[in-house]
Amino acid sequence: MNTDGEPNSVCLSDLARTSGGWLAASGPESDVVVSTRIRLARNIVGYPFMSQASDEIRRSLVEAIGRAIPATPQTSDFLFIDVGELDALDAQLLVERQLISRELSISEGPRGVFIGRDEQISIMVNEEDHVRMQILNSGLALQESWETIDSLDDALEEQISFAFDEKLGYLTACPTNVGTGIRVSVMLHLPALRITREIQKVHQAAQKINLAVRGLYGEGSQAMGDFYQISNQVTLGCSEEELLDNLADVLPNILSWERRVRDLLCRDNKSQLEDQISRAMGILTSARSISSEETMHLLSSVRLGVNLGLVSTVDIAKVNELFIHTQPSHLQKISGGPLKTTERNEARARHLRDNLSD
Amino acid sequence: MKKCRRCAKSATLHITEIQDGKAVAVHLCNSCAQEYLDEEAEQVSSAPPEDVSAKLEELMSEDADTDTRCTNCNISFGEFREQGRLGCPTCFEEFRVDLMPLLENIHESATHMGKRPKRSPAQTVDQARLIQIRQRLEDAIDREDYEQAASLRDEIAEIEKTLRPAIQSESDADAAD
Repeated sequence: MNTDGEPNSVCLSDLARTSGGWLAASGPESDVVVSTRIRLARNIVGYPFMSQASDEIRRSLVEAIGRAIPATPQTSDFLFIDVGELDALDAQLLVERQLISRELSISEGPRGVFIGRDEQISIMVNEEDHVRMQILNSGLALQESWETIDSLDDALEEQISFAFDEKLGYLTACPTNVGTGIRVSVMLHLPALRITREIQKVHQAAQKINLAVRGLYGEGSQAMGDFYQISNQVTLGCSEEELLDNLADVLPNILSWERRVRDLLCRDNKSQLEDQISRAMGILTSARSISSEETMHLLSSVRLGVNLGLVSTVDIAKVNELFIHTQPSHLQKISGGPLKTTERNEARARHLRDNLSD
Repeated sequence: MKKCRRCAKSATLHITEIQDGKAVAVHLCNSCAQEYLDEEAEQVSSAPPEDVSAKLEELMSEDADTDTRCTNCNISFGEFREQGRLGCPTCFEEFRVDLMPLLENIHESATHMGKRPKRSPAQTVDQARLIQIRQRLEDAIDREDYEQAASLRDEIAEIEKTLRPAIQSESDADAAD
């Protein structure tokens, strides 16, 4: 475990130049499914929840978990990042990277995150619950992700006792997480369903079976770049396997729906579609200043173009990476320091030109 | 130039819709397009995706005895309703009467069906006592009563020892070998 401030900053600038494994587009169905994420909420026996936890208690929680993680085989080489010590830019980098939540980045008091070397697993300490462990994989990988996080949960439980009630299951600060404490989120890229406004039907269909549809960065965020997260809402009354099955049943329908509409657009509106994608590529490879919002919007068209074989100069992994590397904090880290909005827009345009031109 | 589908003006906006499994281009003039988009927006807002947190807020506004306090962490039911977060695991016991309907409403069930710890969970009585002693420890530190703080720390260590998973003591034994 590394609790030093100095090596953290080195590690964070490395992070900004690389991309997490979940962006590799190497997983199944990666033309539509960007990533699969599962998180478990747990609290440690004998401590109050966060709302009643003083800094002293929060500190001893960080210590208790800090002892358990190096002693657990799966997490023995995890890196600890003291989020309370990070400046805003570094904390935001971890948010953009999906390694921590926005809530953890802006909250107060002793808190942190343990991160696996390949960024597949991260364990937040003192977020809404004492422990929030998550696994993030490329593509559609429900079963595999569950098996890994389930065995990590078991292994951690050999080191620390989690608050558990025979009838209510794992006890969490918010009643919406009680029971399994699980949230399974699959991130989808659905440009064709958005262009044709079919996406509304996805919302309605998902709602009927208790699934939520959210934007890129979860609750309350908009569907930037045509990315949608589909996740379970209910955590009590059905097993983890049932929840996974529920998602596994509905996802193929959404995937084939998106693909069908992509084909239709190609067949009936090819020239319009080609025009849109070529224009997007044109702006991205020649703009001198560009906002993050416009970038997301245009990259979405390029991603669609690559999947339809209309763009061949980049691959999906590169486009995925550009979505993250053009976010404000990554961009500033890559450029070597804080930038004002106008400077950021210029740096973003430069980064896109450098990475998308032949 | 194409004519607007709704009036005779020239179309300036082209929208692709799916109709009977076919992509159909809808051509509209500026003012009809605005109407079209407003209709769409209305459809969207009339069926907002229901979110658990929204549901929780709605349920929280219902009547309940807001002055009841958790004897363990001292949070009141009113405070819980305000912030939407409970204070400690014992709150589930203390606020059971008001919480159970809430849980059933959110999850349509109040019985855990998922995984459980491999070993039997720690004694709830000890769990609650630990939280109380930790609070007394803080009071003692605030009062700078270090003698009491030290004895409370010992007490915590004692309980923690009994709560520690069996496996841990085995590996401790290994390390001692």
